[in-house]
This record gives sequence, C-alpha cells and structure tokens, in this order.
Amino acid sequence: MSKWLEEHLPKVVLAPSFIAVLVFVYGFIIWTAWVSLTRSKLLPKYDIEGFIQYDRLFAAPRWDVAMNNLFIFGTLFIAISMVLGLMLAILLDQNIRTEGAIRTIYLYPMALSMIVTGTAWKWILNPGLGLEATVQGWGFETFTFNWLVDPDKAIYTIVLAAIWQSSGFVMALFLAGLRSVDTEIIRAAQVDGIPTWRVYTAIIIPSMAPIFLSAFIVLAHLAIKSFDLVIALTGGGPGFATDLPATYMYAMAFSRGDIGQAASSAMIMMGVVFTIVVPYLYSELRAKND
Amino acid sequence: MTDFAIDTPRSQSRTLRIGLRWLLYVILGLFALYYLLPLFVMITTSLKSLEEIRTGDLMALPREVTFDAWRTAWSKACTGIQCNGVKPYFWNSVLIAVPAVLISTLLGAMNGYVVAHWKFKGANIFFALMLFGCFIPFQVVLLPMARVLGFMGIAGTIPGLIFVHVIYGLGFTTLFFRNYYVTIPAELSKAAKVDGAGFFRIFWSIFLPLSLPIIVVSVIWQFTQIWNDFLFGVSFSQSGTQPITVALNNIVNSTTGVKEYNVDMAAAIIAALPTLLVYVVAGKYFIRGLTAGSVKG
Repeated sequence: MSKWLEEHLPKVVLAPSFIAVLVFVYGFIIWTAWVSLTRSKLLPKYDIEGFIQYDRLFAAPRWDVAMNNLFIFGTLFIAISMVLGLMLAILLDQNIRTEGAIRTIYLYPMALSMIVTGTAWKWILNPGLGLEATVQGWGFETFTFNWLVDPDKAIYTIVLAAIWQSSGFVMALFLAGLRSVDTEIIRAAQVDGIPTWRVYTAIIIPSMAPIFLSAFIVLAHLAIKSFDLVIALTGGGPGFATDLPATYMYAMAFSRGDIGQAASSAMIMMGVVFTIVVPYLYSELRAKND
Repeated sequence: MTDFAIDTPRSQSRTLRIGLRWLLYVILGLFALYYLLPLFVMITTSLKSLEEIRTGDLMALPREVTFDAWRTAWSKACTGIQCNGVKPYFWNSVLIAVPAVLISTLLGAMNGYVVAHWKFKGANIFFALMLFGCFIPFQVVLLPMARVLGFMGIAGTIPGLIFVHVIYGLGFTTLFFRNYYVTIPAELSKAAKVDGAGFFRIFWSIFLPLSLPIIVVSVIWQFTQIWNDFLFGVSFSQSGTQPITVALNNIVNSTTGVKEYNVDMAAAIIAALPTLLVYVVAGKYFIRGLTAGSVKG
C-alpha cells in the first residue's frame, strides 16, 4: 500500500486540481453549451431544442449594439494601445536617466481595479463639473465635452479609460522586447552609419514579431472580457449604448432572468476568445516541445 | 532618406541632438502627466469640500484641505440602503483575498512541481488543459457556478468567493511555478531520489528554498487579481459579503441623495490603496507576473 502510494503520489497530489479543472472549467463549459440549446428562461431546462437561443440572440437589437461596440472598442483599444505602447517603449529606450521612475508612472494604472479606473474617469468626464467645466473656465466658453452622456460617443470614453489603464503594460512588454534584441546587430548597423530610425524600422521592430502577437492576444482578451470598466464608467448607458457582450450576458443572467440568452451570449464570447487564443497557445506549446 | 547626422556640420548636429533630447524629455513628461492626471484628480477631489467642488475647478488644488470625505467614505457612505462606508467591505476583501491567495499559490506550487519534475503520462495534457482554462471568459462559468455554490451551501458567502477564486486562479499559479521549476536542473531531484528522499522531502528541502521569487510573483499576481475582481464579487455575493470593488461601485452609482464626488473619490482611493502599495513596494515582481502570463518563459 505505501509502495503504491509512493509511486503514485505525484498523481495523487495533482488529482484535486485536475478534477477541479475538469469539472469547473470544462464541465461548466459543457453545461453552458447545453443550456444554450434549450428553452431555459428563469430556470434551466435540459431538453435540447436546437439553436433557438442563438436565433433570438442574433435578432436582438441590444446584442447587435453589444457586438458592434465590441468591434469598435476592441479595434481602437488594441490598435491605439499597441501604437502608444511601442512609441513609449522606443522613447524610453534612449538611455533616459529617469527611466525607472517614468516606467513606474506609466505602469501603475495596471495595478488598479477597473472599477477604480471607471470611477476616476467618470468624474473627470463629468459634463457639468469635470474637464468640460475646467476648459470652459480657461476661457473657452463654447467648449463642450459630453461624450459620457452622448449615446454616439459614450463608447469612446470606455476606449479612452481602457487605453489609460493598459497602454503602460504594452509599453513594458515592448521595452522588454527591445532590450532582448541582439545588441551586436544594432551596433554593427550604427557603425555602418545607418540612421537610428532605420535601425528600428528595419531591424529591431521586425525582430519583435512574437511580442506584437503576445500584446495583441493579451489586449484582445482584455477587450472581450471587459465588464467592470463599462459598469463603473457608463453602466452600459446611456440606454444600451455602451453595452458589450459581457454586460449583455450579465444582464440576462442576473437581472432579466433569461438563462438561455445568458448562456448563448457566453458561448459566443467564448467562441471569439478561442478563435484568437487557441491557435496562439497551440503554437506556443508546440514550440516548447520541439 | 539620407543620414542627416553625417551630412550636416558637426556643431549643427550637436544642437539638433540636444534639441531632440529636450523634445524627448518633454514628450515623456507629457505622457507622465497623462498617466498621473486621474490619480491627481482623485486625491485633490477627495480633499475638497462639496461646496468647493461645485464652484471650483477640477484641476485646482484644494483651497481648504478637509478629510471629511475620507471619514465618510470609510465609515458612513451609503451602499444602497446600508450606510457603513467601505470599511466592512474592505475587510471582506481581505478575508477573501488572503486565504484564496495562499491556497491557490500552495496548490500551484505543488502542481508546478509535479508537472515539471515528476513527469508521468498525461502530465502535459493536464498542463495544457490548465493553460487553456486561464483564457476562458468567466461568463461561461457564471451560471453553473451560481448553481453549484447554492448546491454546496456556500452561495453568497465569503468561503464561496474564496472557493471560486482558488479554482480560477489555479491555472495561473500552476503556470508560474511550472515555468519556474523547469529551469531547475532535473539532476538535482534525481540525485535526491537516489539518496532516498521522497516526493515531499524533495519539494520541502530542495524546491521550496529556491522558490522565494516565484512565490512573491504568484502571491502578488493572485492578490491583485482577487482584490480587483468585480465579476465574481458582484455575481456570487449578497448584501454583507460584498468585496470592496462591488461596494465602491454601489456607492458611486447609488442614485439616492446628493452626489458626493469627494466621497466617491476617497472610496476609490481606499479601494485602490492595497494593490497600489503592493505595486510600489514590489513593482518588479508585479511586472514579472504580468509578463509571465503573456510571454513564454
């Protein structure tokens, strides 16, 4: 008995986590997938009825708004964070004396809760008392900045706050990448009289392709899961103007009592995440095993 | 597209270089202001009176510093119908975060140790399954988890939230420790096995003493994640067991009474302080955790 235990101890130690992951991750995904195919409303039902929930979902104007918002938000958030992050990383890579302090300042938002970020920006963007009033106070009487309450513009306030929170992190990723580029090649290029900006565009940036991919994956993942920031900044409003799939799912699950819609929207979210993440993880794991 | 640095006379290129250098510092400084602005506004607003907020300027320093808003936020602000400030919720978050961080880190260390040094058939599959689990959008587990917590009798309780955070933190902690332990040479554990040391003995006296940096990374990562969590907190808590992020959101978005922006800001800073403190004290490890989740190695 003790010999058996000795031999199988590693498996015994792993077993609880293994079971937990199987049940609470994969089992739960199957449960949600199953329920998304039923007529569940306030309580789950288990008779499969086909894709009725997905039909309802795709016909719902509110879901349409949420997906559109995800597209706008995701594209702008990812693109601007990457450009800004890369730019700041390159600027910081020029032997800046106070680099440590500046890096700390750029990155601290990442330590904050999205709820805190949302609260702060909600106040800054407050149309009556925030930035608008300040700029008006400087003498620009006609200046208006009421994106927060404008249904067509509110989604951009979420982009703004999300970039503020995450771009420093992208900067840190790129900075680590810049530091890992072979300095011999750079020095050789400089000896040959190649201007610095050419060294960056032709040698350094292309060699950082894997970091671009990592940053993209992390940002895309953050974008799809965005929930807290919307809740704190706009509450999904005005109306449903800033709904994202995550807030739609939450509303269906916990305030509308529509489990079928909640499950089907969650499955769509997972589909989006997996089409982005699975190929990446697969290639990472393969690269490690080779 | 020619190289101006070589084409132009020496003195001119020198002025240009100094000029560019200045420009560089100005740009970096402007961005520093952009990142600091919300923190500055939060702090100054929290120190102003409501009267001053209504008549004054968002960017201005407080004319008269008052800590009333802080006192209100800590012990009197209303989250819905209860008016006890954020204090009870702050302690809820501590009660949730501390055990969840410790348990998930310990389990992650054991898992990482097994996957990296006691390879058996299927260990890699386990790791792959775990890794994929890190990336699922949690919306996909919310509904069944709500039912299972009810079934286990811990719905809406602090132990329930600890349980949820441990389960969904395991993927990352296992990843941290596995990636750290694969860099420890296998000869070390093999030699110990030859000497008759067992599974736990090797972990305890060889691996654990080497693990301090990765334990710090894991603890900081988990603490930040759990302290800042909102989705699980709002889904699986009830009045009285809410973590601070949920309480903060309730204070800010409560529609009754006069809007007290200074109290909102003080509450937000209180909610942010623990993770900010961790970041300031151990920023290096914080960044390592962030990048370990996204860059291999």
